[in-house]
Amino acid sequence: MPIGPDDVRHVATLARLSVSESQLPELVAQLNGILAHMDALALVKTTGVIGTEGVGDSAMPLRMDIGPPIPLVHALDVFAPEVRDGFLLVPRLATHESTGDDESLE
Amino acid sequence: MSTSAVGAVRDAFERMAAVDAGPTGLNCILWTDEAHALAEAKAVDAGRAPGVLAGVPFVAKDNIATTHLQTTCGSRILEGYVSPYEATVITRLRDAGAVLVGKTNCDEFAMGSSNEFSAWGPVLNPVDRTRVPGGSSGGSAASVAAGIVRIALGSETGGSVRQPASYCGIVGVKPTYGRVSRFGLVAFASSLDQVGVFGATVSDAARSLEVIAGRDVRDATSADCPVEPYHAAATSDLAGVVIGRPREYFPSSLDARMARRCDAALELLRSRGAEVRDVSLPHTDLAIPVYYIIAPAEASSNLARFDGVRYGPRAQADSLREMYEETRTRGFGPEVTRRILLGTYVLSAGYYDAYYKKAQEVRTLIARDFHEVFDSGVHLLFTPTTPTPAFEFGAKSDPYEMYLNDIFTATANLAGVPAISVPIGDIDGLPIGGQLIARHFDEQTMFRGAFALEAARSEAA
Repeated sequence: MPIGPDDVRHVATLARLSVSESQLPELVAQLNGILAHMDALALVKTTGVIGTEGVGDSAMPLRMDIGPPIPLVHALDVFAPEVRDGFLLVPRLATHESTGDDESLE
Repeated sequence: MSTSAVGAVRDAFERMAAVDAGPTGLNCILWTDEAHALAEAKAVDAGRAPGVLAGVPFVAKDNIATTHLQTTCGSRILEGYVSPYEATVITRLRDAGAVLVGKTNCDEFAMGSSNEFSAWGPVLNPVDRTRVPGGSSGGSAASVAAGIVRIALGSETGGSVRQPASYCGIVGVKPTYGRVSRFGLVAFASSLDQVGVFGATVSDAARSLEVIAGRDVRDATSADCPVEPYHAAATSDLAGVVIGRPREYFPSSLDARMARRCDAALELLRSRGAEVRDVSLPHTDLAIPVYYIIAPAEASSNLARFDGVRYGPRAQADSLREMYEETRTRGFGPEVTRRILLGTYVLSAGYYDAYYKKAQEVRTLIARDFHEVFDSGVHLLFTPTTPTPAFEFGAKSDPYEMYLNDIFTATANLAGVPAISVPIGDIDGLPIGGQLIARHFDEQTMFRGAFALEAARSEAA
Protein backbone atom coordinates (compact mmCIF):
# COMPACT_ATOMS: atom_id res chain seq x y z
CA MET A 1 0.00 0.00 0.00
CA PRO A 2 1.52 3.35 -0.99
CA ILE A 3 2.43 5.71 1.81
CA GLY A 4 1.30 9.32 1.86
CA PRO A 5 2.45 12.61 3.36
CA ASP A 6 0.71 11.88 6.67
CA ASP A 7 2.60 8.59 7.01
CA VAL A 8 5.91 10.38 6.47
CA ARG A 9 4.99 13.09 8.99
CA HIS A 10 4.03 10.39 11.52
CA VAL A 11 7.23 8.40 10.99
CA ALA A 12 9.34 11.56 11.20
CA THR A 13 7.73 12.35 14.55
CA LEU A 14 8.52 8.86 15.81
CA ALA A 15 12.12 9.27 14.61
CA ARG A 16 12.55 12.72 16.21
CA LEU A 17 13.10 14.40 12.85
CA SER A 18 11.43 17.42 11.30
CA VAL A 19 10.40 17.23 7.68
CA SER A 20 9.43 20.48 6.00
CA GLU A 21 6.35 20.65 3.77
CA SER A 22 8.60 21.39 0.81
CA GLN A 23 10.58 18.18 1.38
CA LEU A 24 7.51 15.97 1.72
CA PRO A 25 6.63 15.28 -1.94
CA GLU A 26 10.14 14.10 -2.81
CA LEU A 27 10.42 11.96 0.33
CA VAL A 28 7.02 10.39 -0.27
CA ALA A 29 7.99 9.54 -3.85
CA GLN A 30 11.39 8.14 -2.85
CA LEU A 31 10.04 6.00 -0.02
CA ASN A 32 7.26 4.65 -2.21
CA GLY A 33 9.81 3.91 -4.92
CA ILE A 34 11.93 1.92 -2.46
CA LEU A 35 9.02 0.12 -0.81
CA ALA A 36 7.62 -0.97 -4.18
CA HIS A 37 10.67 -3.22 -4.57
CA MET A 38 10.03 -4.74 -1.15
CA ASP A 39 6.70 -6.13 -2.33
CA ALA A 40 8.61 -9.03 -3.92
CA LEU A 41 9.01 -10.47 -0.44
CA ALA A 42 5.24 -10.91 -0.04
CA LEU A 43 5.34 -13.52 -2.82
CA VAL A 44 7.85 -15.73 -1.00
CA LYS A 45 6.44 -18.64 0.98
CA THR A 46 7.90 -18.56 4.48
CA THR A 47 5.46 -20.76 6.34
CA GLY A 48 7.38 -22.49 9.12
CA VAL A 49 10.54 -20.46 8.51
CA ILE A 50 12.00 -18.91 11.64
CA GLY A 51 13.36 -15.44 11.08
CA THR A 52 17.08 -14.83 11.42
CA GLU A 53 17.81 -12.34 14.15
CA GLY A 54 21.55 -12.93 14.12
CA VAL A 55 23.84 -15.13 12.11
CA GLY A 56 23.91 -18.38 14.03
CA ASP A 57 24.44 -19.70 17.52
CA SER A 58 28.21 -19.90 17.19
CA ALA A 59 28.50 -16.19 16.52
CA MET A 60 25.87 -14.95 18.97
CA PRO A 61 26.61 -16.66 22.28
CA LEU A 62 24.57 -15.71 25.30
CA ARG A 63 26.62 -14.45 28.20
CA MET A 64 26.12 -12.75 31.52
CA ASP A 65 25.44 -9.05 31.14
CA ILE A 66 28.74 -8.08 32.69
CA GLY A 67 32.15 -7.25 31.33
CA PRO A 68 35.39 -5.53 32.14
CA PRO A 69 35.37 -1.77 32.64
CA ILE A 70 35.78 0.32 29.50
CA PRO A 71 39.33 1.71 29.43
CA LEU A 72 38.62 5.45 29.23
CA VAL A 73 41.50 7.72 28.30
CA HIS A 74 40.37 10.31 30.83
CA ALA A 75 38.63 10.15 34.19
CA LEU A 76 34.82 10.37 34.13
CA ASP A 77 34.71 13.95 35.40
CA VAL A 78 36.48 15.18 32.27
CA PHE A 79 33.42 14.39 30.15
CA ALA A 80 30.79 16.61 31.80
CA PRO A 81 30.55 20.00 33.43
CA GLU A 82 29.88 18.26 36.74
CA VAL A 83 29.66 14.76 38.21
CA ARG A 84 27.54 13.89 41.23
CA ASP A 85 27.27 10.44 42.84
CA GLY A 86 28.74 8.87 39.73
CA PHE A 87 26.21 10.55 37.40
CA LEU A 88 27.10 13.11 34.72
CA LEU A 89 25.22 16.40 35.12
CA VAL A 90 24.28 18.10 31.86
CA PRO A 91 23.00 21.62 31.14
CA ARG A 92 19.41 22.30 32.20
CA LEU A 93 16.78 22.84 29.52
CA ALA A 94 14.26 25.63 29.84
CA THR A 95 11.37 23.18 30.25
CA HIS A 96 12.91 21.36 33.23
CA GLU A 97 11.26 22.03 36.54
CA SER A 98 13.37 23.50 39.27
CA THR A 99 14.66 21.03 41.84
CA GLY A 100 15.94 23.69 44.15
CA ASP A 101 19.49 22.64 43.30
CA ASP A 102 21.93 24.30 40.98
CA GLU A 103 19.85 26.09 38.32
CA SER A 104 22.34 25.57 35.53
CA LEU A 105 22.73 21.83 35.79
CA GLU A 106 20.46 18.86 36.21
CA MET B 1 61.08 2.46 0.89
CA SER B 2 61.90 3.33 4.50
CA THR B 3 62.90 0.54 6.85
CA SER B 4 62.21 2.42 10.09
CA ALA B 5 58.76 3.15 11.50
CA VAL B 6 59.51 6.87 11.52
CA GLY B 7 60.60 6.74 7.89
CA ALA B 8 57.52 4.76 6.86
CA VAL B 9 55.21 7.19 8.64
CA ARG B 10 56.98 10.19 7.06
CA ASP B 11 56.59 8.55 3.64
CA ALA B 12 52.85 8.10 4.29
CA PHE B 13 52.41 11.78 5.20
CA GLU B 14 54.44 12.90 2.18
CA ARG B 15 52.27 10.79 -0.11
CA MET B 16 49.16 12.11 1.65
CA ALA B 17 50.27 15.69 1.02
CA ALA B 18 50.94 14.90 -2.63
CA VAL B 19 47.65 13.20 -3.52
CA ASP B 20 45.03 14.04 -0.93
CA ALA B 21 45.11 17.75 -0.20
CA GLY B 22 43.73 20.71 -2.14
CA PRO B 23 40.77 21.13 -4.46
CA THR B 24 41.97 18.42 -6.84
CA GLY B 25 43.02 16.08 -4.03
CA LEU B 26 41.37 12.73 -3.38
CA ASN B 27 39.81 13.89 -0.06
CA CYS B 28 40.29 10.41 1.37
CA ILE B 29 41.83 11.45 4.72
CA LEU B 30 39.69 13.46 7.15
CA TRP B 31 41.71 13.68 10.35
CA THR B 32 45.44 13.36 11.02
CA ASP B 33 47.95 14.24 13.73
CA GLU B 34 51.41 13.91 12.24
CA ALA B 35 53.26 14.72 15.47
CA HIS B 36 51.32 12.06 17.38
CA ALA B 37 51.90 9.47 14.62
CA LEU B 38 55.63 10.23 14.54
CA ALA B 39 55.85 9.91 18.32
CA GLU B 40 54.17 6.49 18.07
CA ALA B 41 56.57 5.52 15.28
CA LYS B 42 59.56 6.56 17.37
CA ALA B 43 58.32 4.36 20.20
CA VAL B 44 57.99 1.44 17.78
CA ASP B 45 61.53 2.01 16.52
CA ALA B 46 62.65 2.04 20.16
CA GLY B 47 61.19 -1.42 20.66
CA ARG B 48 57.57 -0.87 21.70
CA ALA B 49 55.26 -3.48 20.14
CA PRO B 50 57.75 -5.46 18.05
CA GLY B 51 54.86 -7.29 16.35
CA VAL B 52 54.25 -8.55 12.83
CA LEU B 53 53.19 -5.09 11.67
CA ALA B 54 55.96 -3.14 13.43
CA GLY B 55 56.33 0.24 11.76
CA VAL B 56 53.55 -0.28 9.20
CA PRO B 57 51.37 2.85 8.77
CA PHE B 58 47.62 2.33 8.51
CA VAL B 59 44.42 4.35 8.26
CA ALA B 60 41.00 3.65 9.73
CA LYS B 61 37.49 4.53 8.63
CA ASP B 62 35.94 7.45 10.47
CA ASN B 63 33.37 5.23 12.20
CA ILE B 64 36.02 3.39 14.26
CA ALA B 65 36.72 4.94 17.66
CA THR B 66 40.11 6.55 18.25
CA THR B 67 41.19 8.57 21.24
CA HIS B 68 43.35 11.26 19.68
CA LEU B 69 41.55 11.82 16.37
CA GLN B 70 37.89 12.69 15.76
CA THR B 71 35.33 9.98 15.03
CA THR B 72 32.56 11.68 13.08
CA CYS B 73 31.24 8.84 10.90
CA GLY B 74 31.31 11.35 8.05
CA SER B 75 28.47 13.23 9.74
CA ARG B 76 27.91 16.74 11.03
CA ILE B 77 26.04 15.31 14.00
CA LEU B 78 29.36 14.06 15.38
CA GLU B 79 31.49 17.00 14.30
CA GLY B 80 34.32 17.45 16.79
CA TYR B 81 33.58 14.21 18.67
CA VAL B 82 36.64 12.45 20.08
CA SER B 83 35.97 9.06 21.66
CA PRO B 84 37.01 8.53 25.28
CA TYR B 85 37.98 4.93 24.47
CA GLU B 86 39.67 3.12 21.60
CA ALA B 87 38.21 0.41 19.36
CA THR B 88 39.66 -3.05 19.96
CA VAL B 89 40.77 -3.31 16.32
CA ILE B 90 42.85 -0.12 16.68
CA THR B 91 44.40 -1.36 19.92
CA ARG B 92 45.28 -4.71 18.35
CA LEU B 93 46.94 -3.12 15.31
CA ARG B 94 48.89 -0.71 17.52
CA ASP B 95 49.94 -3.58 19.80
CA ALA B 96 51.27 -5.34 16.68
CA GLY B 97 53.40 -2.27 15.93
CA ALA B 98 51.26 -0.60 13.28
CA VAL B 99 50.95 3.19 13.41
CA LEU B 100 47.66 5.03 12.77
CA VAL B 101 48.28 7.93 10.38
CA GLY B 102 44.74 9.07 9.63
CA LYS B 103 40.99 8.61 9.77
CA THR B 104 39.31 8.17 6.42
CA ASN B 105 36.33 9.70 4.71
CA CYS B 106 33.19 7.60 4.28
CA ASP B 107 29.51 7.81 3.47
CA GLU B 108 27.66 9.21 6.47
CA PHE B 109 27.26 6.47 9.10
CA ALA B 110 28.46 3.98 6.46
CA MET B 111 25.26 4.39 4.46
CA GLY B 112 26.14 4.60 0.79
CA SER B 113 27.86 2.91 -2.11
CA SER B 114 29.70 5.84 -3.68
CA ASN B 115 31.10 8.05 -0.91
CA GLU B 116 28.90 10.86 -2.26
CA PHE B 117 27.03 10.98 1.07
CA SER B 118 29.83 12.22 3.33
CA ALA B 119 29.26 15.52 5.13
CA TRP B 120 32.91 16.28 4.33
CA GLY B 121 32.61 15.95 0.55
CA PRO B 122 33.13 13.03 -1.80
CA VAL B 123 36.30 10.96 -2.16
CA LEU B 124 37.69 10.73 -5.68
CA ASN B 125 38.73 7.41 -7.22
CA PRO B 126 42.56 7.43 -7.58
CA VAL B 127 42.30 5.47 -10.84
CA ASP B 128 39.93 8.00 -12.47
CA ARG B 129 39.04 11.13 -10.52
CA THR B 130 35.78 11.62 -12.41
CA ARG B 131 34.48 8.43 -10.83
CA VAL B 132 33.42 7.34 -7.37
CA PRO B 133 35.74 5.18 -5.24
CA GLY B 134 32.78 3.12 -4.02
CA GLY B 135 31.44 3.13 -0.53
CA SER B 136 30.90 3.38 2.16
CA SER B 137 34.59 2.82 3.05
CA GLY B 138 35.73 4.79 -0.02
CA GLY B 139 38.36 6.84 1.82
CA SER B 140 40.11 3.73 3.14
CA ALA B 141 40.10 2.08 -0.28
CA ALA B 142 41.40 5.22 -2.01
CA SER B 143 44.17 5.59 0.62
CA VAL B 144 45.51 2.13 -0.24
CA ALA B 145 45.00 2.50 -4.00
CA ALA B 146 46.80 5.88 -3.97
CA GLY B 147 49.80 4.41 -2.14
CA ILE B 148 49.42 6.36 1.12
CA VAL B 149 49.31 3.11 3.11
CA ARG B 150 49.33 -0.61 2.36
CA ILE B 151 46.65 -1.54 4.90
CA ALA B 152 43.43 0.12 6.01
CA LEU B 153 40.43 -0.62 8.17
CA GLY B 154 36.90 -0.27 6.86
CA SER B 155 33.52 -1.56 7.93
CA GLU B 156 31.09 -3.85 6.15
CA THR B 157 27.33 -3.92 6.46
CA GLY B 158 26.32 -4.75 2.89
CA GLY B 159 29.55 -4.62 0.88
CA SER B 160 31.24 -1.44 2.08
CA VAL B 161 34.74 -2.93 1.93
CA ARG B 162 34.51 -5.30 -1.03
CA GLN B 163 32.73 -2.88 -3.39
CA PRO B 164 35.25 0.01 -2.98
CA ALA B 165 38.12 -2.49 -3.11
CA SER B 166 36.79 -3.65 -6.46
CA TYR B 167 36.33 -0.08 -7.77
CA CYS B 168 39.84 0.95 -6.68
CA GLY B 169 41.71 -2.19 -7.78
CA ILE B 170 42.82 -3.49 -4.38
CA VAL B 171 41.98 -6.34 -1.99
CA GLY B 172 39.08 -6.06 0.47
CA VAL B 173 37.90 -8.54 3.10
CA LYS B 174 34.65 -8.96 4.99
CA PRO B 175 35.32 -11.49 7.75
CA THR B 176 32.75 -13.91 9.17
CA TYR B 177 30.27 -12.15 11.45
CA GLY B 178 31.79 -12.58 14.90
CA ARG B 179 35.36 -13.03 13.66
CA VAL B 180 36.40 -9.47 14.57
CA SER B 181 35.41 -7.38 17.59
CA ARG B 182 32.92 -4.59 16.97
CA PHE B 183 33.84 -2.83 20.23
CA GLY B 184 34.42 0.79 19.20
CA LEU B 185 32.80 0.43 15.78
CA VAL B 186 29.91 2.90 15.67
CA ALA B 187 26.83 0.73 15.10
CA PHE B 188 24.83 1.00 11.89
CA ALA B 189 23.05 -2.38 11.64
CA SER B 190 24.27 -4.54 14.48
CA SER B 191 23.33 -7.95 13.05
CA LEU B 192 25.27 -7.17 9.87
CA ASP B 193 28.17 -4.86 10.81
CA GLN B 194 31.71 -6.20 10.81
CA VAL B 195 35.11 -4.50 10.65
CA GLY B 196 36.93 -5.37 7.43
CA VAL B 197 40.40 -4.84 6.03
CA PHE B 198 41.88 -3.48 2.82
CA GLY B 199 45.28 -4.50 1.51
CA ALA B 200 47.44 -3.57 -1.43
CA THR B 201 47.91 -7.34 -1.80
CA VAL B 202 46.25 -10.47 -0.46
CA SER B 203 49.20 -10.89 1.91
CA ASP B 204 48.69 -7.39 3.37
CA ALA B 205 45.03 -8.15 3.99
CA ALA B 206 45.78 -11.58 5.48
CA ARG B 207 48.37 -10.22 7.93
CA SER B 208 46.05 -7.42 9.04
CA LEU B 209 43.04 -9.67 9.59
CA GLU B 210 45.19 -12.12 11.52
CA VAL B 211 46.08 -9.32 13.96
CA ILE B 212 42.57 -7.94 14.55
CA ALA B 213 40.63 -11.25 14.57
CA GLY B 214 39.67 -13.19 17.67
CA ARG B 215 37.49 -13.11 20.76
CA ASP B 216 37.09 -9.85 22.64
CA VAL B 217 35.39 -9.84 26.02
CA ARG B 218 34.03 -6.37 25.24
CA ASP B 219 31.97 -7.64 22.28
CA ALA B 220 29.47 -10.39 23.11
CA THR B 221 29.08 -11.21 19.41
CA SER B 222 32.79 -11.88 18.88
CA ALA B 223 33.29 -15.61 18.58
CA ASP B 224 35.68 -17.75 20.56
CA CYS B 225 37.07 -19.41 17.44
CA PRO B 226 40.77 -20.09 16.83
CA VAL B 227 42.43 -17.61 14.43
CA GLU B 228 44.55 -19.38 11.86
CA PRO B 229 47.72 -17.92 10.31
CA TYR B 230 46.03 -16.59 7.19
CA HIS B 231 49.32 -15.50 5.59
CA ALA B 232 50.35 -19.18 5.66
CA ALA B 233 47.52 -19.93 3.23
CA ALA B 234 49.75 -18.53 0.47
CA THR B 235 49.84 -21.25 -2.14
CA SER B 236 49.55 -21.69 -5.83
CA ASP B 237 48.00 -25.12 -5.49
CA LEU B 238 44.23 -25.55 -5.24
CA ALA B 239 44.12 -29.33 -5.63
CA GLY B 240 41.04 -30.69 -3.87
CA VAL B 241 39.30 -27.31 -3.67
CA VAL B 242 35.82 -27.17 -5.20
CA ILE B 243 34.68 -23.73 -6.36
CA GLY B 244 31.02 -23.03 -7.07
CA ARG B 245 29.90 -20.62 -9.80
CA PRO B 246 26.44 -19.50 -8.67
CA ARG B 247 24.28 -18.92 -11.75
CA GLU B 248 22.27 -16.13 -10.07
CA TYR B 249 25.42 -13.96 -9.99
CA PHE B 250 25.87 -14.31 -13.75
CA PRO B 251 22.47 -13.19 -15.12
CA SER B 252 22.04 -12.62 -18.85
CA SER B 253 21.89 -8.88 -18.09
CA LEU B 254 25.45 -8.88 -16.67
CA ASP B 255 27.92 -6.85 -18.73
CA ALA B 256 29.49 -9.38 -21.12
CA ARG B 257 32.96 -8.02 -20.40
CA MET B 258 32.44 -8.58 -16.66
CA ALA B 259 31.29 -12.14 -17.32
CA ARG B 260 34.35 -12.80 -19.53
CA ARG B 261 36.79 -11.46 -16.89
CA CYS B 262 35.14 -13.66 -14.26
CA ASP B 263 35.29 -16.73 -16.48
CA ALA B 264 38.98 -15.99 -17.16
CA ALA B 265 39.60 -15.81 -13.40
CA LEU B 266 37.76 -19.10 -12.91
CA GLU B 267 39.94 -20.64 -15.62
CA LEU B 268 43.04 -19.49 -13.71
CA LEU B 269 41.66 -21.06 -10.53
CA ARG B 270 40.98 -24.25 -12.46
CA SER B 271 44.55 -24.22 -13.80
CA ARG B 272 45.76 -24.30 -10.18
CA GLY B 273 43.91 -27.52 -9.54
CA ALA B 274 40.49 -26.31 -8.40
CA GLU B 275 37.34 -28.04 -9.60
CA VAL B 276 34.69 -25.57 -10.77
CA ARG B 277 30.99 -26.45 -10.52
CA ASP B 278 27.82 -24.61 -11.46
CA VAL B 279 25.68 -24.10 -8.37
CA SER B 280 22.53 -22.22 -7.42
CA LEU B 281 21.68 -19.79 -4.61
CA PRO B 282 18.00 -19.37 -5.52
CA HIS B 283 17.07 -16.52 -3.15
CA THR B 284 19.86 -14.17 -4.29
CA ASP B 285 17.54 -11.69 -6.02
CA LEU B 286 15.72 -11.09 -2.73
CA ALA B 287 18.85 -9.91 -0.94
CA ILE B 288 18.44 -6.21 -1.74
CA PRO B 289 14.81 -5.96 -0.55
CA VAL B 290 15.72 -7.92 2.60
CA TYR B 291 18.87 -5.91 3.25
CA TYR B 292 17.14 -2.55 2.74
CA ILE B 293 14.49 -3.48 5.29
CA ILE B 294 16.73 -4.97 7.97
CA ALA B 295 19.62 -2.50 7.76
CA PRO B 296 17.48 0.69 7.94
CA ALA B 297 15.35 -0.86 10.71
CA GLU B 298 18.43 -1.53 12.83
CA ALA B 299 19.88 1.86 11.88
CA SER B 300 16.75 3.71 12.97
CA SER B 301 17.21 2.18 16.41
CA ASN B 302 21.01 2.54 16.63
CA LEU B 303 21.02 6.16 15.50
CA ALA B 304 18.37 7.17 18.05
CA ARG B 305 21.26 7.78 20.46
CA PHE B 306 22.43 10.80 18.45
CA ASP B 307 20.10 13.38 19.93
CA GLY B 308 22.35 16.21 21.07
CA VAL B 309 22.56 15.01 24.66
CA ARG B 310 25.56 12.72 24.70
CA TYR B 311 27.48 13.25 21.46
CA GLY B 312 28.45 16.10 19.18
CA PRO B 313 26.86 19.52 18.72
CA ARG B 314 23.52 20.41 20.32
CA ALA B 315 20.93 22.72 18.73
CA GLN B 316 19.47 25.47 20.90
CA ALA B 317 15.75 25.01 21.53
CA ASP B 318 13.14 25.78 24.17
CA SER B 319 12.03 22.22 24.82
CA LEU B 320 13.68 18.84 24.96
CA ARG B 321 11.59 17.55 22.05
CA GLU B 322 12.48 20.54 19.88
CA MET B 323 16.16 20.19 20.81
CA TYR B 324 16.15 16.52 19.72
CA GLU B 325 14.43 17.29 16.43
CA GLU B 326 16.52 20.33 15.62
CA THR B 327 19.80 18.58 16.44
CA ARG B 328 18.95 15.48 14.43
CA THR B 329 17.43 17.31 11.47
CA ARG B 330 20.45 19.60 11.13
CA GLY B 331 22.95 16.87 11.88
CA PHE B 332 21.88 14.04 9.56
CA GLY B 333 22.28 14.22 5.80
CA PRO B 334 19.69 13.16 3.19
CA GLU B 335 20.57 9.46 2.86
CA VAL B 336 20.72 8.85 6.61
CA THR B 337 17.42 10.71 7.05
CA ARG B 338 15.84 8.61 4.30
CA ARG B 339 17.02 5.36 5.89
CA ILE B 340 15.91 6.37 9.40
CA LEU B 341 12.45 7.16 8.04
CA LEU B 342 12.35 3.90 6.09
CA GLY B 343 13.56 1.90 9.09
CA THR B 344 11.09 3.55 11.44
CA TYR B 345 8.28 2.86 8.97
CA VAL B 346 9.01 -0.87 8.57
CA LEU B 347 9.16 -1.26 12.35
CA SER B 348 5.99 0.70 13.06
CA ALA B 349 2.68 -0.80 14.14
CA GLY B 350 0.76 -2.30 11.25
CA TYR B 351 3.79 -2.75 9.00
CA TYR B 352 6.20 -4.74 11.16
CA ASP B 353 4.92 -8.18 10.07
CA ALA B 354 4.67 -7.31 6.38
CA TYR B 355 8.14 -5.86 6.16
CA TYR B 356 10.52 -6.51 9.05
CA LYS B 357 9.31 -9.96 10.15
CA LYS B 358 9.02 -11.11 6.54
CA ALA B 359 12.53 -9.86 5.77
CA GLN B 360 13.91 -11.78 8.75
CA GLU B 361 12.29 -14.96 7.43
CA VAL B 362 13.60 -14.49 3.90
CA ARG B 363 17.02 -13.78 5.39
CA THR B 364 16.87 -17.30 6.82
CA LEU B 365 16.24 -18.66 3.31
CA ILE B 366 19.22 -16.72 1.92
CA ALA B 367 21.49 -18.09 4.66
CA ARG B 368 20.09 -21.58 4.06
CA ASP B 369 21.11 -21.35 0.37
CA PHE B 370 24.74 -20.89 1.43
CA HIS B 371 24.59 -23.73 3.97
CA GLU B 372 23.17 -26.11 1.38
CA VAL B 373 25.79 -25.28 -1.24
CA PHE B 374 28.67 -25.60 1.22
CA ASP B 375 27.18 -28.84 2.61
CA SER B 376 27.16 -30.25 -0.93
CA GLY B 377 30.95 -30.31 -0.98
CA VAL B 378 31.67 -26.83 -2.35
CA HIS B 379 34.50 -25.03 -0.50
CA LEU B 380 34.36 -21.59 -2.14
CA LEU B 381 32.01 -19.57 -4.32
CA PHE B 382 33.29 -17.25 -7.04
CA THR B 383 31.26 -14.26 -8.27
CA PRO B 384 31.78 -10.75 -9.62
CA THR B 385 32.11 -8.33 -6.68
CA THR B 386 30.02 -5.69 -8.43
CA PRO B 387 27.90 -5.64 -11.60
CA THR B 388 29.98 -2.83 -13.16
CA PRO B 389 33.21 -0.88 -12.64
CA ALA B 390 33.17 2.49 -10.82
CA PHE B 391 30.55 4.90 -12.13
CA GLU B 392 30.73 8.67 -12.58
CA PHE B 393 29.75 11.10 -9.83
CA GLY B 394 26.03 11.88 -9.92
CA ALA B 395 25.26 8.94 -12.20
CA LYS B 396 22.82 7.31 -9.78
CA SER B 397 20.24 9.76 -8.47
CA ASP B 398 17.54 7.20 -7.71
CA PRO B 399 18.12 5.71 -4.23
CA TYR B 400 17.11 2.17 -5.21
CA GLU B 401 19.38 2.23 -8.27
CA MET B 402 22.24 3.06 -5.89
CA TYR B 403 21.21 0.23 -3.56
CA LEU B 404 21.51 -2.26 -6.44
CA ASN B 405 25.30 -1.78 -6.31
CA ASP B 406 25.23 -4.12 -3.33
CA ILE B 407 23.46 -6.90 -5.20
CA PHE B 408 26.43 -9.31 -5.21
CA THR B 409 27.81 -8.37 -1.78
CA ALA B 410 24.85 -8.00 0.59
CA THR B 411 24.14 -11.76 0.56
CA ALA B 412 27.36 -12.55 2.44
CA ASN B 413 26.44 -10.02 5.14
CA LEU B 414 22.92 -11.43 5.48
CA ALA B 415 24.31 -14.97 5.79
CA GLY B 416 27.28 -13.90 7.94
CA VAL B 417 29.84 -15.73 5.78
CA PRO B 418 33.34 -14.38 4.96
CA ALA B 419 34.16 -12.96 1.53
CA ILE B 420 37.09 -11.29 -0.22
CA SER B 421 37.35 -9.14 -3.33
CA VAL B 422 40.48 -9.61 -5.41
CA PRO B 423 41.39 -7.62 -8.55
CA ILE B 424 40.70 -9.63 -11.71
CA GLY B 425 41.40 -7.08 -14.43
CA ASP B 426 39.74 -4.01 -15.86
CA ILE B 427 37.01 -2.79 -18.18
CA ASP B 428 38.08 0.22 -20.25
CA GLY B 429 40.92 0.86 -17.80
CA LEU B 430 38.68 0.72 -14.72
CA PRO B 431 39.50 -2.02 -12.20
CA ILE B 432 37.06 -4.79 -11.34
CA GLY B 433 37.11 -7.41 -8.62
CA GLY B 434 36.18 -11.04 -8.27
CA GLN B 435 34.65 -12.26 -5.03
CA LEU B 436 35.49 -15.48 -3.19
CA ILE B 437 32.97 -16.50 -0.50
CA ALA B 438 33.67 -19.21 2.07
CA ARG B 439 31.87 -21.10 4.82
CA HIS B 440 31.51 -19.48 8.29
CA PHE B 441 34.92 -19.05 9.95
CA ASP B 442 36.76 -20.63 7.02
CA GLU B 443 38.81 -17.54 6.18
CA GLN B 444 41.79 -19.86 5.69
CA THR B 445 40.30 -21.47 2.56
CA MET B 446 39.08 -18.06 1.39
CA PHE B 447 42.65 -16.72 1.58
CA ARG B 448 43.99 -19.88 -0.07
CA GLY B 449 41.81 -19.19 -3.10
CA ALA B 450 42.69 -15.48 -3.08
CA PHE B 451 46.44 -16.11 -2.89
CA ALA B 452 46.23 -18.62 -5.75
CA LEU B 453 44.19 -16.25 -7.94
CA GLU B 454 46.56 -13.36 -7.27
CA ALA B 455 49.60 -15.51 -8.07
CA ALA B 456 48.05 -16.95 -11.21
CA ARG B 457 47.14 -13.49 -12.52
CA SER B 458 50.63 -12.24 -11.75
CA GLU B 459 52.23 -15.12 -13.66
CA ALA B 460 49.82 -14.75 -16.58
CA ALA B 461 50.53 -11.03 -16.92
